[in-house]
Amino acid sequence: MTASADVTAALQGKFPQIASRASGDHPAINVPLAEVTAVLASLRDEHTFDFLVDVTAADWGVDASPRFTVFWHLFSTTTHAYVRVAADCTNDAEPVAPTVCDLWPAANWHERETYDLLGITFSKHPDLRRILMWDGYPYHPLRKDFPLAGIQTALPDLEVSDITGATVKPAPMMGGPFVASSGEMNMTDAEPSAKDESWTERREKPASE
Amino acid sequence: MVSANNELAYNTKIEGEVIVTKADAVINWLRSSSIWPMPMGLACCGIELMASGNSQFDIARFGAEVMRFSPRQSDCMIVAGTVTYKMAPHVRRIYDQMAEPKWVIAMGACASSGGMYRSYATLQGVDQIIPVDVYVSGCPPRPEALLDALIKMQAKIRREPSARNLLASA
Repeated sequence: MTASADVTAALQGKFPQIASRASGDHPAINVPLAEVTAVLASLRDEHTFDFLVDVTAADWGVDASPRFTVFWHLFSTTTHAYVRVAADCTNDAEPVAPTVCDLWPAANWHERETYDLLGITFSKHPDLRRILMWDGYPYHPLRKDFPLAGIQTALPDLEVSDITGATVKPAPMMGGPFVASSGEMNMTDAEPSAKDESWTERREKPASE
Repeated sequence: MVSANNELAYNTKIEGEVIVTKADAVINWLRSSSIWPMPMGLACCGIELMASGNSQFDIARFGAEVMRFSPRQSDCMIVAGTVTYKMAPHVRRIYDQMAEPKWVIAMGACASSGGMYRSYATLQGVDQIIPVDVYVSGCPPRPEALLDALIKMQAKIRREPSARNLLASA
């Protein structure tokens, strides 16, 4: 039995609707959103997963349905086991998930980050506001429809924008995002460099023959 | 009997307790010898900034160990770290609160150009919002590199037409 199946079996008695999730690293289970708080509380209290490692989410694409899946990563400090709990959000346009701040206070900032970057609202969160971007920022940067470089907006403080003339600009991509290569090669070739070094913002990509 | 003055140095017996010089030389010497930094230590470069203050690298040799966190009391803002768009207006406000004369050192890659963070959240260089005098490259720059920047800052201050600036604004 795989580790995912172990966790699933342990919880199946109380929560018949959970299922194993395919996972490359840690045991993972899929849970319906309505039961997630109960499952997490049970994992914490009965199965010794006392440490919340992360609360995060994934956006599967503008056309996917369900579009957002929320993940909770738990760790047991006694048995040193990890588990991943995944739940799909039911509403694609305005995703909502329950908060786990009353189970683990550490979830407070993780959920704020997920709200800021992916737009998932956590119901009953004590202080749900943006954490990296400022409060009036109109977009959610880690969604798939948000460009990598960013979108031009005004600075958070309009007075400073007026004085300096600065704005939130799309960052210069200069040949694409940096990627590192791996494998047996010269370290100079392996270190991170722009994906396509033939163009920058100031020098057009030469037309290929 | 008057003897020829063939000394190169200043001689109190002949000239008295008076030095004749340019106002600029004195003003710039005073300003450059006691640059009080305002550490805008936002990230990892702040640690190297702190390190340049300890005895191994000793920013006190240059008169700059007095790190004044109040903009009213400082001369040079050292922006040491990543400036996010969320923080940028506050950096600008603190710069505005500093009294003239004031200078800025952009320490590290993030302050100079946005560094490795070519992203939606990071200001691509603090010179978008405040005028920078010296840029220090490095991620983070070694404390010696920051001291080199301080020396260049001192040289820059010594070249300023301070007397003219003061009289013009009066």
